[in-house]
Amino acid sequence: MPDTTVSAPASGVRAASCDRAGSRPTTAWRLLVRNRLAMVGLVFIAIWTIGALVAGLLPYSPTATGAGGLLEPPSAAHLFGTDNFGRDILARVLAGGRISLWTGLIAVGISLLIGVPIGAISGFLGGVVGAVLMRVMDVLLAFPSLVLAMAIAAALGPGLASAMIAVGVVGIPEFARIVYSQTRSLRERDFVEAGRAIGLRDRTILTRHIVPNTVAPILVRATLGMGYAILTAASLSFIGLGAQPPTAEWGVMISDGRGYIISGEWWMTVFPGIAIATSILGFNLVGDGLRDVLDPRLRTSR
Amino acid sequence: MNHVVRRVLAMIPALFGVVLCIFLLTRVLPGDPARTLAGEQADPATVDKIRAEMGLDQPLVAQFISYVRGLFAGDFGFAWHTGQPVLADFVSRLPATVELAIVAILISLLLGVPIGVISATRRDRPVDHASRIFSLIGASMPLFWLALIVIFVFYNKLGWEPAPLGRIAQDVNPPTSITGLYVLDSLLTGDLVALKSSLAHIIWPALCLATGSTAIIARMTRSEMLEVINQDYVRTARSKGLPPAKVILKHALKNAAPVVVTVVGLQFGQLLGGAVITETVFSWPGVGFYVVQSVLATDYAPVQAFTLLAAAIYLTVNLCVDLLNARLDPRIENA
Repeated sequence: MPDTTVSAPASGVRAASCDRAGSRPTTAWRLLVRNRLAMVGLVFIAIWTIGALVAGLLPYSPTATGAGGLLEPPSAAHLFGTDNFGRDILARVLAGGRISLWTGLIAVGISLLIGVPIGAISGFLGGVVGAVLMRVMDVLLAFPSLVLAMAIAAALGPGLASAMIAVGVVGIPEFARIVYSQTRSLRERDFVEAGRAIGLRDRTILTRHIVPNTVAPILVRATLGMGYAILTAASLSFIGLGAQPPTAEWGVMISDGRGYIISGEWWMTVFPGIAIATSILGFNLVGDGLRDVLDPRLRTSR
Repeated sequence: MNHVVRRVLAMIPALFGVVLCIFLLTRVLPGDPARTLAGEQADPATVDKIRAEMGLDQPLVAQFISYVRGLFAGDFGFAWHTGQPVLADFVSRLPATVELAIVAILISLLLGVPIGVISATRRDRPVDHASRIFSLIGASMPLFWLALIVIFVFYNKLGWEPAPLGRIAQDVNPPTSITGLYVLDSLLTGDLVALKSSLAHIIWPALCLATGSTAIIARMTRSEMLEVINQDYVRTARSKGLPPAKVILKHALKNAAPVVVTVVGLQFGQLLGGAVITETVFSWPGVGFYVVQSVLATDYAPVQAFTLLAAAIYLTVNLCVDLLNARLDPRIENA
């Protein structure tokens, strides 16, 4: 019996350290800058963000066929080569970054907008409503994430919007659980008690005092969630459930290149793959770095 | 025993929730299955007739009850694109997926745990850095891309890998079916030709499928081992002169085991998602490949059944993890 209570004080310490780092963002930022791996991650994210912004300035359009010959290997004119329709692969990879980043933002946005209120309400109110909401979240967690995303996207009908919604829905329970457990421990803290004592309404306590204190773990989860969302959306596109050809999307491009890598035209597949891998790596590194800075007790790499 | 019964009973509402969720997904989301089935040009009367045949004109609760009844009777729907009941399609394809998943999880266990232990004991040495870089990259690599690169390098360039088409070479007879797992069956029947060919075919997709979970298992084993290694009893074991290997394996790893088991279980549960991708790239004739073909044929019943299967496996694996952990750590039983 005594062992079950061991984790309780630990989460209290965790919450305390969160508000400390959270209340001084400049300190957090300085610590993050000192984290070399997080900076490498930030560089990767920056590369694809800038790439997405300048994609329009390239001499070739991502969907214009015949920008060069068919299946030309990388050269000075086409740094990443051309694909089976003579489209410039560099232009397509950069334009694909725009789609992937948007997909990530929208999907994570959906997970946040639905997951955070669910977690906050069930954690703060508890009771039957809270229990039911969290059981629903548990059910969503009982599915392997890619399988659930597939089922949702297939039900909605293939397309980029379906993929965004599917990935967003799959991410909801993670956010709900984080906010739920944070809220549960914050609810017992003195400043909440104080708020009650001076007669604040539940809603004010929740939105002004509790939710702001859950920002740090949410930020970490959202950053890691971006990488996960980009990966899952690209996987859906690869199996034909996400963005559709001729859209310049990384998963679609790799799917297009599938038939050609066997015959040796590797550049159609390799470049979009590097783009996916480095952008996911970027978000993972920054997410881990943020966690180390904001929440030292959850450190993954000591 | 009480704990086991309680845990098994706790799975029932979870399964009910899963079934309800899958049901609602098909019935409430936009898109009309009767219209899809009838085709774009069908007149309204035909669509209505199909709708009535499918029971879609019934109230939602009645539909749910008949869906659950069907599940109990083994009715997982009909796959229009193969012209067979989904259950029959699954039964013939499941062994291929099970075999791939078992080999993949064995690889990730046999690689992931030792990598984690070694890098924890040699913290901040080159081995540790190498394994951490592997973990980071392994967890960031898109599986479908990795699989294509493996095919390009090992089949196309080096010629080590057989053509990525199925479980066994076309000119080799599959072993006599006992379990349906080619590697095991050819071992049992002593069919060396089939054994060689099926091993050569399974190892590449299994390695790809195992990469992500190996990375995560290694990473979690490392961090848990680091946590345990700093405990007092490990220092005591060391100071009383036990050989270092014994301290690590008997004292530290044993106490890190519950976390490792949990991570392995979670990864095993997620494997079915990866199997969809791996099977598609390697044309591996399992349920994952079948589901993608169903998706492309806009045939939803197999997708629905696969989702249910995946969740059921996930819940069962989690249950096993809980029970195993209660054995490994008696304190958990009281929790």
